[in-house]
Formats: sequence, C-alpha cells, structure tokens
Amino acid sequence: MSTPALATFDLTKDFSIGFWRKRPYRALDRLTLEITAGEVFGLLGPNGAGKTTTLKLLMQLIFPTSGRAELLGRPLGELSVKRRIGYLPENPYFYDYLTAEELLTYFAGLFGYTGREGRTRASRLLDQVGIGAERRLQLRKFSKGMLQRVGIAQAIINDPELVIFDEPMSGLDPLGRRDVRALVLQLRDRGCTVLFSSHVLGDAEALCSRVAILARGRLIADGSLSDMLAFKARGWELVVAGIDERSVPVAGSRVRRIVQIGYGRYAFELPLEPPPEQLMAELTAAGAHLVSLNPIRESLEDFFIEHVTAPDVTSIRREVAGESRP
Amino acid sequence: MKATAQIAINVFRESVRDKVLYNLVLFAILLIGASYLLGQLTAGQDVKIIKDLGLSATSLFGVFIAVFIGIGLVSKEVERRSIYALLPKPIYRYQLVLGKYVGLLLTLAINVAVMAVALYAVLLYVSSGVPEIVRRGWDAPALDPALLKAIGLILVELMLITAIALFFSTFSTPILSAAFTFGLFIAGHFSADLRNFDQVVDSPSAVRLARGLYWVLPNLAQFDVKAQVVHGQPVSLGYMALASGYAALYIAMLLAVAMYVFSRRDFK
Repeated sequence: MSTPALATFDLTKDFSIGFWRKRPYRALDRLTLEITAGEVFGLLGPNGAGKTTTLKLLMQLIFPTSGRAELLGRPLGELSVKRRIGYLPENPYFYDYLTAEELLTYFAGLFGYTGREGRTRASRLLDQVGIGAERRLQLRKFSKGMLQRVGIAQAIINDPELVIFDEPMSGLDPLGRRDVRALVLQLRDRGCTVLFSSHVLGDAEALCSRVAILARGRLIADGSLSDMLAFKARGWELVVAGIDERSVPVAGSRVRRIVQIGYGRYAFELPLEPPPEQLMAELTAAGAHLVSLNPIRESLEDFFIEHVTAPDVTSIRREVAGESRP
Repeated sequence: MKATAQIAINVFRESVRDKVLYNLVLFAILLIGASYLLGQLTAGQDVKIIKDLGLSATSLFGVFIAVFIGIGLVSKEVERRSIYALLPKPIYRYQLVLGKYVGLLLTLAINVAVMAVALYAVLLYVSSGVPEIVRRGWDAPALDPALLKAIGLILVELMLITAIALFFSTFSTPILSAAFTFGLFIAGHFSADLRNFDQVVDSPSAVRLARGLYWVLPNLAQFDVKAQVVHGQPVSLGYMALASGYAALYIAMLLAVAMYVFSRRDFK
C-alpha cells in the first residue's frame, strides 16, 4: 500500500480564551484523516468548524495540543518535506512593498531556485495565474482577487507534490474561479495531491474525489462523494414540451410539483416510486415530447446542511463514519 | 544559511523602501550639517561641537531606526499575516529571527556609514580654510580617525539595541516592544548608578535588587566614548574589544531566547 500524502492521528487543538480567567476552547477534536496521493480532497465545514485550524496545524503555524500528523509519510516540520509542499493561506497577505515578480522570486529563492531560474519560475507562474503587466506593480496596489492569484502562484512555485489551499476561491471573480478549478485539475493530472478547504460546495463537487466535513471541531463525515451521495436519488425531474394545458396531470401522489417553464413546456417533479415510465407514456400519448428525465439526487449541499445542523454531531459522526469508511 | 541570507536581504529591501527611514537619515544628516552653523557661534570650539553633535546625531537616529524598525521585524509579519505564507517555506523558525536581525544590521551599518561620511564631509569643509596655527590648538585633528572608534562602538550599541527590540518583538505588540526597548535603552545608560546604589540607599534588600539589576540590564554606557574621542583622549583597542565581546555575548543570549520563544509560538 502506498504512503498516504497526508495523515492525521487524533489531531487536537485547544486554544485559551477569556481575558482574566483563561479557559480552554477545543478548536479541533481528535481529527483522524488520511488522504491518498494524487487525489483532490475537500475539507468542508461552516465558519468555526476547524478547517483553518487543521491546515495551520499541518503547516506548523500552530502546534497540536495532542495527536500528530504526517505529510508525505514524514513527521511535520522536516525541511525535506517542506520543500515538497505548497500552501496558500486564507486571505493571503504578502509584503506590500514588493512587486508580484519580486515576491515570487524571493519565495523561489527560499526553495533554492536563485538567480535566473527563480525569475523564470516566477514569470511562468504569474503567466499561469493570469497576472500580466501588473507583475511589476507593488502588491499594495493589488486587488483581493489579484492577491489571491499571486497566493496561488507562490503555493506552487516549487512544483509541489502536495498542495494545501485554504479557501482558494475566496475573493475571485467567476473567471478567476474557473481558472483555479482548471489549475487544480492540472495539478491533479500531473500527480500532485491537492487538499483545499472551502465553503463553496459546488467547488468540492466539481473537483474533489473525496471530502471531509467538519463541524464544531469534529469530523462528522468523510469519504468519497459517490459514497456520500450515491443511491440517494429522491425522485425524478421530467421535462416535456408541446403539451396541451388540459393534458397536464394534477399534482398529487404521482406528481409532487409542476412548474410551467414556457408555453407548452413543463417540468414535473416525480417521487421515486412509482417509476416515471407510466406517466411518460401517458404524456406522450397526449402529444407531448420528452425533453429530459433526470434523477433528483441529494446534493452535497443537502448532505452538508442535514449533517452540520444536526443537534448531536457526535452521534452523526459515528453513524456516517461507520457507513462510509471501508 | 542561504535562506537566512534571503530573509536578511528582504528585510534590507523593506527598509530601503521605507520612507520613514529616509526621513530619519535625512534629518540626521541635516542635523550634522546644522552643527556647522552652531559651531560658528562658539569661537574656537566649532570642530569639537561638530564632532559632538555629529556623533550624537548618528547615535540617536541610529537608535530610532533600530527601535522603530526592530520592534516591527517580527510583530508586523504576524499582524499582517505575511508570516502564514513564509513559515511553511523550507526554513526553520530560528532562521527567520536570525535573517530579520541580520537584515536590520545591514540597514543600520549602511545608515551609520552614510552619517559618518556626512560628518567627515562637514569636518573637512570646516577645517579646510583654517590656518595651521589654529589647528594646533585643537585637542584632536578635524578628520581624526579616532572618530571611527566612536562610530564603531555606536554601531555595536545599535546591534545590541536591535537585538533587544527583536527580542520583545517576538512575543509582544509593537507599542509595548517600543516602550520596553526605550526603557532598557535609558536604564542601560544609567546602569552604573545601580552598582553604586549602596552609597545613596541604606536598605540592604534595595541594594541587592539594584546589584541584581546591574548585572541583568545591558550596560550601554560603556559604548559611549564620544567625549573621549572629541577631546582627543585615547580609546584603546583592548577596551573596544572588551566592549564588543560583552555586546556579542548579550546579543547571543537575547537572540537565543528570541529564537526559543518564536519557535514555540502559535500563530492563530
């Protein structure tokens, strides 16, 4: 079995809160995770769930109260491992007196790419993230989205084997989001493992092979998206056109909801049972023609809301982990 | 080592692009220049006054630069969150502290050099038209190489002050760091009084406390040889070596503690 790209073992972090009477606040509670090399993994959860705490622990920006973690099969903090990973912090801020080009050249230098090699790398990556002539402007003149692009470029300056992005889509416009999605897929295609945290479930659905959901510092679910969402079709969406108004069936046990999309064009939400074939046959007999028939599956968002808002995340964690883990 | 050098160069670049630094250096050079005017008011003492004011300005503005840039070296990285992108790079935390320190020293050394050149330029201008007979009455020649000894010890003192500022910067806010550093700077110049505290106070416990403080606080007065140099009194190389050795030991201890504190710190 190959070495996981990332593994945490009962990783726990307590912070002290309060001014006079300090009391511990558990930001992350016994997180055990394993990410296989080459996969795109999403760390999801609402605000305060412990996503950024997890990533900061992995980057050793903070130290665990208990538990441990490994990156690329080695303990945290080894320089040989740091050379093989990239990290984008949440809402990144860089030295605003530097230009984008200087910043990337500086960071390239820390990886040992000095002189021309560092500058070439910096230039190539700035091209890749869409920073053009602005690369010679000081970063204090950059917008949030442009800083995010620079942040992504600096995270991959060393051609890492493992990249950790904390909210990579934050502050990006739709074009920027599209570019980052493409970049993540490119990284995956060349064998790089990508771990990213996000609030945007659509990004996770589009990119991740597996996700973990955190809430209140605890892992409440982890597994492949197909495990989480498969076989959870909860009905059908049937779209037909060319139907006479009088032939439209009445909403009831066979049809949950009817939406008129346009003249003679309707969308029907059907329950899982009975199968939709009978209704389709009746509509076709009435002169309608079929536009589409799709299963209505539980989305990641439905799953997320259902589980994150549950009153007792501990019991859910047990239940989901028991179901989804091999 | 390469990473430390890269970090140091970046600190130097930041200082060079900081307008506050230019203002301080410009102000110091103006003050050195203005000492020429002040010297005109005091017959026969102009060279001494220029040397005294020039060295004082070099020291004072050096302290301002060391404190105001030194206190922000680490705390600004944390406050602005730039440390989140830097620490995951293949560097040890101690290299960050060391690189920051070396970078600021580089800045200080260049600034002190610029101020020294300005001082010598003013002295050259003042002394150029002075007849030989007047020059013979001076305690020391205008372009006295011994000035470099005073400037050298000013630089050593600045190195120590920078280490103090950096030390506080690793765990405290910039305002508190500035207050602590200036406090130590002032106390350090009067630490000799603590040694002789028994001559003014009867309480044995107060004397013991004062003695303890005398040993703990940095003795900065020993780096001040301005008066000797200006009056042409010798400053031995042995004295300079001893003072520099003391500073090196103190700096090493401060940096070691700063690195230890920084290496254990959480960046939430």
